[in-house]
Amino acid sequence: MKKKNRFSKPIIYILLILLAIISFIPFYMMIVNATRDNKDILMGFTFVPGSSLIDNYKTMMEYVNIWNGFKNSLIVSISVTVLSGYFSALTAFGFAVYNFKGKNILFLFMLLMMMVPGQLGLIGFYELNKVLGTLDSFIPLIVPSIASPFVVFFLRQYLSSTMHPALLEAARIDGASEFKIFHSIALPIMMPAVATMSIFTFIGSWNNYIVPLVVLFSPEKYTLPVLMGFLKGSQVAQNLGSLYLGIAISVVPIMIAFLFFSKYIISSISAGSVKE
Amino acid sequence: MKKLDYKGYYFIAPFFLVFAIFSIYPILLTFYYTFTRYEGYGEPVFIGLENYARILTDTYFLEAFINTWKIWGFNFALQLGIALLLAALFSDLRFKVKGLGFFRAIFYLPNLITISSVAILFSIMLDWQYGSINQFLMKLGIINDPINWLNSPFTAQVSVSLILTWMWFGYTFIVLMAGVSGISKEYYEAALIDGANRWQTFIYITLPLLKPIMLYVLITSLIGGLQLFDLPMLLTDGLGSPEGSLNTMVLYLYNQAFKYNNYGYAATIAYALFLITVVFSVIIFKSMYRDVKLSKKRGNM
Repeated sequence: MKKKNRFSKPIIYILLILLAIISFIPFYMMIVNATRDNKDILMGFTFVPGSSLIDNYKTMMEYVNIWNGFKNSLIVSISVTVLSGYFSALTAFGFAVYNFKGKNILFLFMLLMMMVPGQLGLIGFYELNKVLGTLDSFIPLIVPSIASPFVVFFLRQYLSSTMHPALLEAARIDGASEFKIFHSIALPIMMPAVATMSIFTFIGSWNNYIVPLVVLFSPEKYTLPVLMGFLKGSQVAQNLGSLYLGIAISVVPIMIAFLFFSKYIISSISAGSVKE
Repeated sequence: MKKLDYKGYYFIAPFFLVFAIFSIYPILLTFYYTFTRYEGYGEPVFIGLENYARILTDTYFLEAFINTWKIWGFNFALQLGIALLLAALFSDLRFKVKGLGFFRAIFYLPNLITISSVAILFSIMLDWQYGSINQFLMKLGIINDPINWLNSPFTAQVSVSLILTWMWFGYTFIVLMAGVSGISKEYYEAALIDGANRWQTFIYITLPLLKPIMLYVLITSLIGGLQLFDLPMLLTDGLGSPEGSLNTMVLYLYNQAFKYNNYGYAATIAYALFLITVVFSVIIFKSMYRDVKLSKKRGNM
């Protein structure tokens, strides 16, 4: 028994380290190749970085301004996160605190709509934005996030278990208006849950590909995922080093952010999945 | 019983206004398009059930359906296998495997990156002659000749599956670990005292108690998997090459609508996709949930 343990422990660690290498090596290849010129990349793979980083950057910037895509993605994702956080909290508060006609039906309807995949209404969504004249703008990417059923559902569950009705009664007796109560009492209480959901909302919006692909036409408005596709089809693709660099620029900041936030991100995945 | 209070409407009004305009109306409009021929300009022409008749006999759609299942299925089996193995290792009581936080973070990293970046990255790394993956495998002596990954239907589908596994096993592992941490330590201690080996502990304790979590993982993965789009779109030419093997249902939908301007037919594909998702989710949920209930009952006896 003891002997077996001594044997299996190194095997387990070797397995784990191997998986960690597999998880990371494509990123490593990307970073190394981003610093090498076309000729070197064609000749074979090495583990040592090259010296063509600045040349690759210049070549890429001649064709595509990647920072612009970065800015667009930031604008969209931050707006989406803020709007979805605020309005979901508002809606969750409405459902958790007040009793009104049709409340249960509306809530049930919202839950049912949560199951509907995004592609179902895609064509109608495109046509609607054509009629509204909002194609090739950020509006179809940002405004719909006001209605995020999953976030509402999560916040309502959170609110009904953390906010005591006596708190509201006390505020009402002090003469606070209902919206004042929401802003000064309920919203701060919900903040941890809003933060948890915000991480998901932000990543989801940052990675969204199909909607921006459908509604945006001008390259200067492209978000990062769409810009990546554009990069592949453009002249840059002939210079592999530049293409690798473009991908690296889209990826590395997220990896750095993850270094700082990984604990929160991982605990929010766990919190979102385990309901018991 | 609280009394009725109309003030709640103010709070939920913005949500339902936006919801009605940007979610429900497009879904209904799309439904209307399923009965029409519509090229994106002029007025949609009402054609009754023609689109539905077409989709039932459309071999491309059938092919896309099968492709989607193959790619998702292989990836899910592999992904769940790896995640379960990892969960079993980290839940072992005999010796604490160190570095859970570090490994979780590193395994999860690929999931965080924009899928289109991942797709472009792999599209150049899988290149037959110049791709780093072939160069790397040849350097290690695993293969002698470069493999033309994205040129034959089989290796192309395997590639997509493996990329998906690479992206998702960390997430699944984290979710399973959350489930494992919810299992009472007493079960494991009891098993240890009874002399159960690692395999028995895993089969008789971890696996049955993880069933509800695995059901959650299965259904969410299935729903996401049936919507597979970014990777097949960006890995090859956007049309599902080679030989249509990367043509998934959503890619077919996208191309029908925005490449060939068949909005009516694309709308029908969207509804077919929805129906398929609902049917399979219900089937899986029903069969798995009955199992969960049964095993719970057995556990009580």
